[in-house]
Amino acid sequence: MTYDPGADVIEVIRTPSRNAAAGAYRVFGETLRGLKTTFMRVVEGVSTIQYPEEKTPVYPRFRGRHKLHKFEDSGLEKCVGCSLCAAACPADCIRVVAAENTPEHRISAGERYAAVYEINLSRCIFCGYCEVACPFDAITMGHDYEMSDYTRSDLIFTKEMLLAEPLERTPLRTEGE
Amino acid sequence: MTILADVNYFEPWWIQIVKSILIFAVIFAVLPIIIIYERKLLGRFQGRYGPNRVGPFGLMQPLAEIVKFATKEAFRPTTSVAYIFRIAPIIAILTAVTGLALVPFGNVQHIFGTRVGLYGIDVSIGPLFVFAFAGISFYGIMLGGWASGSKYSFLGAMRGAAQLISYEVSQGLALVGVVITAQTLSLTGIVNAQRSTWYIIPQLAGFLIFMVASFAETNRPPFDLVEADAELVGGYFTEYGGTAFVAYLFAEYTNMIVVSGIITTVFLGGWLMPFGIHPPGWVDPIVVLAKMFIFLTFFIWIRATLPRLRYDQLMSFGWKILLPLATLNLLVTAIIVG
Repeated sequence: MTYDPGADVIEVIRTPSRNAAAGAYRVFGETLRGLKTTFMRVVEGVSTIQYPEEKTPVYPRFRGRHKLHKFEDSGLEKCVGCSLCAAACPADCIRVVAAENTPEHRISAGERYAAVYEINLSRCIFCGYCEVACPFDAITMGHDYEMSDYTRSDLIFTKEMLLAEPLERTPLRTEGE
Repeated sequence: MTILADVNYFEPWWIQIVKSILIFAVIFAVLPIIIIYERKLLGRFQGRYGPNRVGPFGLMQPLAEIVKFATKEAFRPTTSVAYIFRIAPIIAILTAVTGLALVPFGNVQHIFGTRVGLYGIDVSIGPLFVFAFAGISFYGIMLGGWASGSKYSFLGAMRGAAQLISYEVSQGLALVGVVITAQTLSLTGIVNAQRSTWYIIPQLAGFLIFMVASFAETNRPPFDLVEADAELVGGYFTEYGGTAFVAYLFAEYTNMIVVSGIITTVFLGGWLMPFGIHPPGWVDPIVVLAKMFIFLTFFIWIRATLPRLRYDQLMSFGWKILLPLATLNLLVTAIIVG
C-alpha cells in the first residue's frame, strides 16, 4: 500500500516548464518584463538623499547633542550642580563640579551652581538618561548629530558650549511628515 | 590579378588622412561621454544619481578618472610574460579602432570640389573585414589574460576565447541573411539597398540574433563572463592597472560603438531617414550617430536589467538556440531571395 500524503501537500515545481512556448516566453517575455521593471525605476526617479546638502529631518524625540538651559525671564541657569546626571550616566561622560551661589554672584536659581559642567561627547552613548535624571529639566537632548572633529579633546564640550544657542543644522520633522 | 579585395578608393590621399583623423578624434571624444552617460543612466535605472560631484553634474568624472589612471604606477606580476603583457592591450585597442574605419557615417558628398565618402574606407568585403578584426581582437583578451600569469586572468581569458568563438558563428550567420538580401558585401552598398525598407523588417529574426550575439561579442552584460567580477575578480584584466587598463576599457567601449555602428548600418538603414525624408548630406553623420546612440542606450538598459548567465547556460544558449536559429534564418532567407 503506497503512502498517500493527502490533499494538503502542495507539489512544488522546481524546474521551469520544458515546452517550446514556455521557453520562448522565458527568453523574450520575461526579458521584456525585466526591461519594463528597470525602466519604471527611471520613471520613478531617484531616492538618494544628497546628505551634506539635504538632510533627513529628525523626529522631535531624536536624541542628539545635549543642551543646557537658562530661565528665560531671569537669565539664571537651571542647573543647580546636583550631579544626578553624572550619577545616571552609564558611559560616565559627564563631569560636574558644584560651587555655592553668593547673593552678589548668583548664577543659578538654587543654592549651588555648576562651576564646571563638561560632557565628553566622544564617550557619550546618547541614551538620554541624564535628561531623565535631571530634576530641573536643565539638560535636554538636542537634535544636532553632526559632531565630528579632528581631536578627541575638541569633543569635550564645556558649559559655555552647551549653554550657547546651538547652530540649527538639523531640520526637524513637522507634524505628519 | 585580384587577390586583394577591391577598395572603392577615389579620394586624394590627404582626404583619406583627414577623414581617418577626424573619425578617430570624434569617437575618442565621444568615449568619455559614453562612459559618464552609462554610469549616470545605470544610476537612474537603480534609483540613484550616479557620479555628480566632479564638475557640473559630474560631467568631469571621466577626466578625473583618466588622470588618476594615467598617474598610476605601471607594474606587472613577477609571473607574467613581459612583452606579451605589454602588447596585449595594444592589440585590443588597435583592432577595436580599426573597426571604426568600416562604419559608414554618410553617403558620398561633394566637399571642396572633390567627392568625399563620409566613411573611413569602403571595402568590397565590409562584414568580413569586421569579423576578421573581431577575430584578432580576441588575441588581445587571450594574450592579456594568459601573459598575466594569474589564475583569474587565465580563467577569464579562456572563457573569453570560448565565448567569442561560439557567438561569432551566430553573429556571422545572422549577417549573411542581410548580405544575401542586399546582394553586396560593401557596407555602403547594404545601406543603399535599404532605400525602400530597412532590413530590420524583413530580417527581424536576423536582427535579434545579431543583437544578442553582439552583446556576447562585446563582453557586455548579461554575457560578461569574461570579466565576471563576482567570481573572477576582474577577469582577463585583473592584473592590469593604469594606462593598460584604460586601453582595455576604451577597447571595450570602442567595440560597443563599432557594433552599434554595424547594427545601424546593416539593419537600421545607416544614414537613411524613415518616411521618405531626404535631408541634406551633412545631416547623415548626425543620423548615424543618433541611431548608434539608441543602441548604446539599449546596451546600458540591458546591463541594468539582466543578470549574468552561468557558463553552461551561455554555451548551451549559443550553440543550441542561437546557432540553429541563425542557420534557419539564413536558409529561409536564401530560399525566399533565391
